[in-house]
Amino acid sequence: MALDIYKINPEFRDIMPQEIIDLEEKATWSAKMDTPRGIKELPDTKELLEEHSLCAGCPEAAALRYVLSALPKPEDTIIVNSTGCTSLMFPHIALHTVHSLFGNQNAVASGIKRVLDWRFPDIEKDVVVLAGDGATVDIGLDYTLQSFFRQENITTICFDNEVYANTGGQESGATAKGQVFKMAPLGKKFEKVPMWELATTSGCHYSVNMTASAPKAVAKAVREAILVAREIGPTFLNIYTPCILEIGLSANEGLGEMKDQDKGRFASYKHVSPEAEEFLKKCKEEGRI
Amino acid sequence: MSKRSDMTNTHNWSGQKLVSTDYLLFEAPREKHFMTGSEVLKEAMKRCTVDASVSYPITPQSEAAHLIGELWAEGYVGTYFRGENEFGVMSEVAGCAMAGARTVTTTSGPGTLRAMENFAQWSGTRIPCQLILMARGINSPLTIQPDNLEVSYMLETGCMIWYAENVQELFDMSIAAFTVAEKPDVHVPIITVVDGFFVSHTREAVMLPADDIALEPYDPYKAPLPPIDSETPPGRFLRDPFVMKSNYISYATHASWQWEVRSAVERSRPYAEHYLKGLIHITGEDDAEIAFVTCGTASNQAKEAHRELMKLGIKTKVIKLRTIRPFPAKELLEAVQGIKHIFVPEFNVVGWLEKEVRKELYNKCEADIVGGPRVAGGMSMPAEAIIAEVMEKINPGKGA
Repeated sequence: MALDIYKINPEFRDIMPQEIIDLEEKATWSAKMDTPRGIKELPDTKELLEEHSLCAGCPEAAALRYVLSALPKPEDTIIVNSTGCTSLMFPHIALHTVHSLFGNQNAVASGIKRVLDWRFPDIEKDVVVLAGDGATVDIGLDYTLQSFFRQENITTICFDNEVYANTGGQESGATAKGQVFKMAPLGKKFEKVPMWELATTSGCHYSVNMTASAPKAVAKAVREAILVAREIGPTFLNIYTPCILEIGLSANEGLGEMKDQDKGRFASYKHVSPEAEEFLKKCKEEGRI
Repeated sequence: MSKRSDMTNTHNWSGQKLVSTDYLLFEAPREKHFMTGSEVLKEAMKRCTVDASVSYPITPQSEAAHLIGELWAEGYVGTYFRGENEFGVMSEVAGCAMAGARTVTTTSGPGTLRAMENFAQWSGTRIPCQLILMARGINSPLTIQPDNLEVSYMLETGCMIWYAENVQELFDMSIAAFTVAEKPDVHVPIITVVDGFFVSHTREAVMLPADDIALEPYDPYKAPLPPIDSETPPGRFLRDPFVMKSNYISYATHASWQWEVRSAVERSRPYAEHYLKGLIHITGEDDAEIAFVTCGTASNQAKEAHRELMKLGIKTKVIKLRTIRPFPAKELLEAVQGIKHIFVPEFNVVGWLEKEVRKELYNKCEADIVGGPRVAGGMSMPAEAIIAEVMEKINPGKGA
């Protein structure tokens, strides 16, 4: 049934907005694909993100497009969100999404995943958490780590912009030491929380720290993380999506900032557990990645 | 472990025969057992075809939560785990229910307050989950004793609130609770309250139907909101979310949603009336001029006071409220016709039930309302305390 929910009732087709018709006719789903979905389709297919309401040039919007293009099975994917800039994009995603409270995203996702496994034991239903650094590293740290400890079969993606952007630019746990933001008028006193390392220590089978400077690299990480979560256990991606507004950059400077940080605070970190490594090798042989 | 696919048209996944709520509550033959509230809750949930439960330890509800875990191990409950704390648990419960599960959890006192943000989220999400609240005092100073102050924090969460007096009522109410909460025109969370220890830990005679029958499963496709399972249209929910707008239509949307949640609670009345056999229960003398308005264990103590006062020739009646949300205003007003003195005995220091009663009767009833006696922090409420309150009122200065 999952794909059928995007089919338009013929009686209403003539009054449907083009974007909904496009979803039915030009979006890519898992069933029709001989090869994995991915970045390459972005130019000539219907994207699952309809416009967005973030600031012009916001790298977070670009990163979300990469993430959505890489979902292995979007028609059976639930995305769980939290409060923050990301929650402004969520209603624009053409999938079942949840925004519950600030910080409880991994708890809600745990409940959803367990019940979907119970209700649909023969269908792969992927649950992906997508939240900002405030939601992941500060207010929701407990629930995020606990879901890793419990080995929940969910993928957690943190769009790390190193600041509470939506509320006006306050320091977060992911802010770099010394950075002056609101609520840290003398500069942040402690180091950036290495969430990707905490994820590894806490039981994630796949943990990556990266920027969104290279679309293909983001898409690959998303796809691998979701497949590993489905089969083996929790996975985590920390992706730098700078808040150009709060660090004083122009709309066209986000990419440059991410490239700079590819060698800085977001220098590539990748942990893959032995089980996950073996599984990914198999996936590669089967052409799934 | 059971598989949901083991369910047939006639039997659930654990092999119990599926029956109607009416049959389970009113028609099935019953046998006498001797059980605590925690134990009887296991028996109730065993007969409810429960998909999911998440638990966390806190006195006095821990045993009930263990026993639901045993039901999972025995194959009666679909999925079960221990969460990290009550805020997490109530969020996990929300996830389970959003994904289409009949879901139950339990908590007490400080756990309720820790989880508080979730309850308004539950009702706003229109999930029909059930929380069994075994009321206990809240800090500080630290107490683990029975006290129902926590219920006052739940009153405006948009959840239904029912209050069971004893072990038998806990059994029947917690079964009816799922049925009423899951009605498509209701579909809001339900909080079934009992007084901790007094009900959770007290062993009483209780009449139970056989355990080879159970409620029909929850059908999430009858819900007023689509379950989050990617199986239900629409594939996308909305284009222009009102959270990011500052305009009249966004305010009006939020307001109408809030009102609709409260209206849904109101629409539960006829169902609650049927399955609970009335939103209030009255015992005592029809022509009494003194009434006790109570819920939970205070009802039991008020009935004892009624019996003692009868020996002194003083007629009283006990009006036990079984639902707090919706509040049985019409029934209460009818029940206090001809009453001159109303007493509201409570197990908390703030007198939240007294405030509810005063608000509903204001300008509608001549009776004098006394908020008392009140006990708290684990104190018991002997009938003598209630009698003393009455005698002070009708025979001032002379005591009982």
